[in-house]
Amino acid sequence: MRCAGIDIGSRSMEVVVLEEGNVVAFRQGETGYAPLEQAESLLRGLSWDRLMATGYGRSLAAQAFSCPAVTEIKAYARGARELSPFATTVLDIGGQDCKVISLRENGKVKKFEMNDRCAAGTGKFLEIMAATLGFDIREFGERALEGKDILKINSMCTVFAESEVVSLISRGENPGDIARALHTSVVLRALSMLRRIGFSGELFFAGGVARNRCMKHLLEAHLQEEVVVPEYPQRVGAYGAALLAGE
Amino acid sequence: MWEDLNLDLNAHDALLGVLGKVYGDIYMAQKERPEGMDYFNFVMTEIHGLRIKELLEEKKQGRKIVGSYCVFVPEELVLAAGATLIGLCSGADFATHEVEQMLPRNTCALIKSSFGFKLGKACPYLEVADMVVGENTCDGKKKAYESLKKIVNNLYVMDLPQMKTPQGRELLKNEFLRFKDSLETFTGKPITPTDLKQGILTVNAKRRALHRLASLRKADPAPISGLDALLANQVFFYDNPARFTESLNALCDELEERIQEKKGVVSEQTPRILVSGCPMAVPNWKLPWIVETSGAVIVGEESCVGERGVRELTEESGNSMEELMEALVDRYFRIDCAIFTPNQDREDHIREMAKAYKAGGIIHYGLQFCQPYTMEAIPLEKVFEKEEIPFLRVETDYSMEDVGQLKTRIEAFIEQLQ
Repeated sequence: MRCAGIDIGSRSMEVVVLEEGNVVAFRQGETGYAPLEQAESLLRGLSWDRLMATGYGRSLAAQAFSCPAVTEIKAYARGARELSPFATTVLDIGGQDCKVISLRENGKVKKFEMNDRCAAGTGKFLEIMAATLGFDIREFGERALEGKDILKINSMCTVFAESEVVSLISRGENPGDIARALHTSVVLRALSMLRRIGFSGELFFAGGVARNRCMKHLLEAHLQEEVVVPEYPQRVGAYGAALLAGE
Repeated sequence: MWEDLNLDLNAHDALLGVLGKVYGDIYMAQKERPEGMDYFNFVMTEIHGLRIKELLEEKKQGRKIVGSYCVFVPEELVLAAGATLIGLCSGADFATHEVEQMLPRNTCALIKSSFGFKLGKACPYLEVADMVVGENTCDGKKKAYESLKKIVNNLYVMDLPQMKTPQGRELLKNEFLRFKDSLETFTGKPITPTDLKQGILTVNAKRRALHRLASLRKADPAPISGLDALLANQVFFYDNPARFTESLNALCDELEERIQEKKGVVSEQTPRILVSGCPMAVPNWKLPWIVETSGAVIVGEESCVGERGVRELTEESGNSMEELMEALVDRYFRIDCAIFTPNQDREDHIREMAKAYKAGGIIHYGLQFCQPYTMEAIPLEKVFEKEEIPFLRVETDYSMEDVGQLKTRIEAFIEQLQ
């Protein structure tokens, strides 16, 4: 049986097709302003017996493709359990939100936390800060990895943080150090969510932001533990949805 | 009629336009609604129409209208004084810019709304009222009444205790006696024990009808949606008491038949949710709308607009004024509002309700910046987690900006219950 999952996030969307549990197709694109057209183009030419939608655009997709939908919380939990059977907690930092999910022994969602209003501490925050420093998103993480821990960004609000960055630049601070401070501020916010949920055990870090090597490094430094990042962190939701489609 | 009430006609029309649309989208879109809800639909369409006309008619005949923002204002005394009590508008954002010239931005939506309806001249109930009763519940309301007094010239403020001690009860008793005296002076009609007893019987009858509705919601499949049950609880504050009781009892008769036929608004095994926390005034239907369009049904409201407001009856057996006033004080002193410290009763009631209504999970509804309820929410979450009752803590306001995120959180919570 071929099972497909589509994860329509706020910034990007992913499609995964599984055949007997193996990934036989993976596609990715930006969500953009016409998510349904983008979804149709990602699904074009693919075939499946069952489809499951997830992510911020799940209801839209469920209607358009007459398929069931699950929240990204359930989809990430399912995907994470499959990819890392011993993970007890999932951290998902995506384009516009940040979620922490703790798992029961059987892999079901035990509890979750999610930012409720603004995009502070998410991919969008990092994207805007990278642009303020004149880095592309990849370079931003690499430079932060080399940066020194000598600066502090106090505000989590994107607008206020941006003005902090501007004043640090005008003070002549090293852009790598500023990038480092920005990464640290996102990590501290994620850590406070992890603490709220009562984190212990193995942490599975997913979502587009998990591709940033500095984020993983800083998380590990603060937790003093190894953090698991899957090979394709941004497709865990689509993968989990595809698994759930088959169940 | 509206001009006489000094309403801003454009603003009022705009409000009614939005209200009508929201009501249509949220209420009329529901499936399998009981026929008895027709009466409540009618009340809602006439909430700024016939009901206001009725109140104006009462005024013409010399009856006074008293407005209130809280379940601590004893309707029994108001009725006994030959006056009518109505709940005042506080369930939607209105005239926000003007409000923020009088209140800090980080004030809860309910308080802001009560100012907004006055400043925007859009609440006919407030304009009809001959006396508006404020009450010292939370710090927000207590201080806000100082400012409200500048724009509402007939504001009367009632003090309330914060601890359930003999001294606290004494304070409530003295305040109720002071309120009784004020009502008598205000209406020019002395309250007799017979009047008060009649007031108690009338209000208890309303509450008993809501108790009946609550107990019918224990059935699985649920015979009525949480949205519709909330509406009945909301209309409780506006409607003529006797007519409300009769219409609600008629609805309950129908629900009893439904239960016998095993007919519900949702299928059996639909996840059942208890909502607990801050009150939801008309037209604040945001949370129940999200919950009930996400595959669950609400089976109870631990709220002032809900069971906290009507759980207790007033003892009816007394005959002297002294006995009846004592009974009244006893009844109101049992309300487990979060302004009390400590407030163990509320935790116990939430637990009892979750069990009685067979709720699979509890959603705690906190209005942003409402300190008493959002503070109680954290220890409550810990207690119920320990007891393995799924608990979701939501903090929101009347705006729609967080609906997307709320929907994801609530759907994920419901997935946990399935």
